[in-house]
Amino acid sequence: MILFILRRLLALIPLLLGVTFMVFFLMSLTQTNYLTPLKAERDISPQMIEALEKKFGLDKPWYERYFLWLNNVLHGDFGYSWIYKMSVIELLMQRVQATLLLNLSSLLLAWCIAIPIGVLSAIYKDSLLDRLSSFLAYISISFPEFFLALLAVYFAARTGWFPIGGLTSIEYPFLSPIDKLVDIAYHLVLPTVVLGIGGIANMMRIMRGSFLDAIRADYVLTARAKGLPENVVMFRHVLRNAINPLISTFGYVIAGLLSGSLLVENIMNYPGIGQLIYSALMKQDQFVVLGSVVFSCLLLVLGNLIADILLAWVDPRIVHHE
Amino acid sequence: MTGPTVSSPLLSVNSLKVYFPIRKSLFGRSKEWVKAVDDISFTIKEGQTVGLVGESGSGKTTIGRTIVRLQDPTSGSILYEGKPIHNLSQKQFRPYRKKIQMIFQDPHNSLNPRLTIESILREPLDIHFPGMEKKQKKEKIVELLEKVGLSAEHLYRYPHEFSGGQRQRIGIARALAVGPKLIICDEPVSALDVSVQAQIINLLMDLQQEFNLSYLFISHDLAVVEYLSDYVLVLNKGRIVEEGTPEEIYKHPKDAYTKKLIASIPSI
Repeated sequence: MILFILRRLLALIPLLLGVTFMVFFLMSLTQTNYLTPLKAERDISPQMIEALEKKFGLDKPWYERYFLWLNNVLHGDFGYSWIYKMSVIELLMQRVQATLLLNLSSLLLAWCIAIPIGVLSAIYKDSLLDRLSSFLAYISISFPEFFLALLAVYFAARTGWFPIGGLTSIEYPFLSPIDKLVDIAYHLVLPTVVLGIGGIANMMRIMRGSFLDAIRADYVLTARAKGLPENVVMFRHVLRNAINPLISTFGYVIAGLLSGSLLVENIMNYPGIGQLIYSALMKQDQFVVLGSVVFSCLLLVLGNLIADILLAWVDPRIVHHE
Repeated sequence: MTGPTVSSPLLSVNSLKVYFPIRKSLFGRSKEWVKAVDDISFTIKEGQTVGLVGESGSGKTTIGRTIVRLQDPTSGSILYEGKPIHNLSQKQFRPYRKKIQMIFQDPHNSLNPRLTIESILREPLDIHFPGMEKKQKKEKIVELLEKVGLSAEHLYRYPHEFSGGQRQRIGIARALAVGPKLIICDEPVSALDVSVQAQIINLLMDLQQEFNLSYLFISHDLAVVEYLSDYVLVLNKGRIVEEGTPEEIYKHPKDAYTKKLIASIPSI
């Protein structure tokens, strides 16, 4: 198992190299850079621009800059944000926490709702509950996340029940530890719901389908023939076998949520990594873009790794060959 | 097999019908039915093996499942030791699950892949013998495994680590766990290799002698049924077309369908 994890982590290296190289290359294709808008300013002298170009290394060709960056990263230095005037690592640490918090809470929300509804609509297949939940699922799958986010912002603005954006209130630094938690949770509600709704619909359909498969299996008849009560049959025998696909979706759900959270974070003004990537790209804040891409990649691969480990844990038939 | 001890029947099935709806009309009432089991009657005496043969789709499995109440009958009655069991609720039927057990056809799918052999065998004990102590249960489980030719070292393995024949042995041990008097064997050997088939059939016959079990042996394989049955029912499209001792059926088949079945047995 440990070997398996190590191998996965090793496979991460070429992936990260490839992704960062691509990003560097793509960013070099745009003829402009961070300094372009400055060149248009009259009161900044060309000498000053040149000095800045030298300082940022923008006078060298992109591939040379890539290897310079790579060398720095290997020494633990992810560079410096030209916009935020702070080190990329520090910036990312704040943002990654917020994004992880948002994604995990919406994943949790989605699971808590999707699993019971999926199970119930499989057990009571073709019932009113089943049809209604299928109908609602299709509606929520068809709703784009950015539109839901806009609705949520509108809702918050109209009712004033929820904050319109941000991670914390202005008075956050002065709150007691418990109030701080409450404050963060309060700000998390709307983004979580918006991001979670699409996930709920997907996972509910997956859960329903795999539960229906498992319910028809012969070992369910065996369990009934043993004389086990129906709830034991359903939860001990069916659910445990039906949960696999949901766990393997964990990895790609994380990826989906991350890309979904890019839109949601931007619209709802939630200070996560998605918002950071977007604004950094727009302003060509090169090292921030690269740093964010590296971290998103890491999260994605780690999500998949966790899903694989969980699968091996719940299903004795899965052995990771070392 | 030696003759049965003469007594009142252990199980009697009287004009059993099981219909499945095919299409529902606008108001949810079924207009057309598949007559899976259509007016069937037979009895099983203590220690006796009754064979039920027919091709797939003839309703054999449905009969077996109806007796163990995995399927509700449409009409007719099923009596166990003279008491009706066809109209009991699942809860009322639970004590009878101790008496009537079932062995399934597919040893690969009939064991839950997530459970160890120990938990597969412990579950029926937990349900039917709630007073039994943990240590006793464990002893009983090991004893069951040894009875079917496995051993204690297999306790904490999972079903996928066993061969088809071994899994069917586990299925048999599972059925035996609660001490049943009647076992419905639903094609217990048809998914196995021929050499393994013989082992399992011999195991079933040994266990029958040891525990005085009665079997309803469901199979499409007339040769197997003839070998171990005291009495044979030939089923076609939900109806019994011929019944009698294996010799009668095998040597002097009367019905055209039975003749066809016998002709289909490969001879060497």
